Amino acid sequence: MGLLDGKVCFVTGAGRGIGEETVRRFAEEGAIVYGTDLINGSMDESFGKFCTQYKTEVIPMYFDVTDETASKSAIMQIKREQGRLDVLVNNAGIMQDNVIGMISYELMKKVFDVNVFAVLQITQLAAKLMMRQRSGSIVNISSIVGSEGAAGQTVYSASKGAVAAMTKAASKELSPYGIRVNAVAPGLINTDLFRAIGEKKIQENLSHVRMGRLGEPIDVANVITFLASDMSAYVTGEIIGVDGETHV
Amino acid sequence: MTNIEKYNNAFVNSLEITEDRLAGLKYQDIEAWDSVGHMTLVAAIEDAFDIMLDTDDIIDFNSYEKGKEILSKEEYGVAF
Repeated sequence: MGLLDGKVCFVTGAGRGIGEETVRRFAEEGAIVYGTDLINGSMDESFGKFCTQYKTEVIPMYFDVTDETASKSAIMQIKREQGRLDVLVNNAGIMQDNVIGMISYELMKKVFDVNVFAVLQITQLAAKLMMRQRSGSIVNISSIVGSEGAAGQTVYSASKGAVAAMTKAASKELSPYGIRVNAVAPGLINTDLFRAIGEKKIQENLSHVRMGRLGEPIDVANVITFLASDMSAYVTGEIIGVDGETHV
Repeated sequence: MTNIEKYNNAFVNSLEITEDRLAGLKYQDIEAWDSVGHMTLVAAIEDAFDIMLDTDDIIDFNSYEKGKEILSKEEYGVAF
């Protein structure tokens, strides 16, 4: 029996990295999983594999999370097909930044549109279903830089700090409805997004990780799975670090 | 059940009021139609018509009559 047997889950940014691994872990634990990504067809192969391997439904949806109408349609599709939504993972995010003095308004808006406003919007939509069933778990993806900050990452840090604050506020508002809201705050995770900074920078960054290695997507996905499951039934409003004791 | 019956039932069941009080009823006229009651009402209406209201429409929905006007929009397609 899996930790998420029969639960209906929705994961944004599911095409790669932490999102894809979360979808895989959820399927492995018996969940019915809907995953979104931007690029048409990009999840078809992996999701097909998960379906076969774990004998459950893993359904790809392709849309931009900043598109309110598309997000609404996705939640409606889940409602019509499954009648409920048990878990939302707000994983979709972008990491773009610049040094202070070179941060354009356009950049700020782009990062906040995806990392903050879309999270709020999809949370509102999902919460409407969860409030009716008086249960649910929402897991947001913050970051270690959301509380600690990082030089050259002012915009990204601010956006992830907003996610942490949103998590705390939403947990207070939604707990009377039996809805839990938590976040994970990953440190340095071995994803394509992180590897894009280059090998030299990666080695520099590793010296700040006391466990001496980068985190893997599964390290984060395991904590998300715990927060999604009834194993964490009395946990809400928490921001859980997944960083191997990293100092930024 | 007709659309107006579905609409009225959503009010009656969510806000626990009688049908004769619906005409002219405005948001926060009665204790039950506060912000929490509003979300319960919206949920009942969405379930009754199998729709999902836009956030802006939920905010604008400030009376019994206004609700009918919103639901009559093309995107929701509810005719009264």
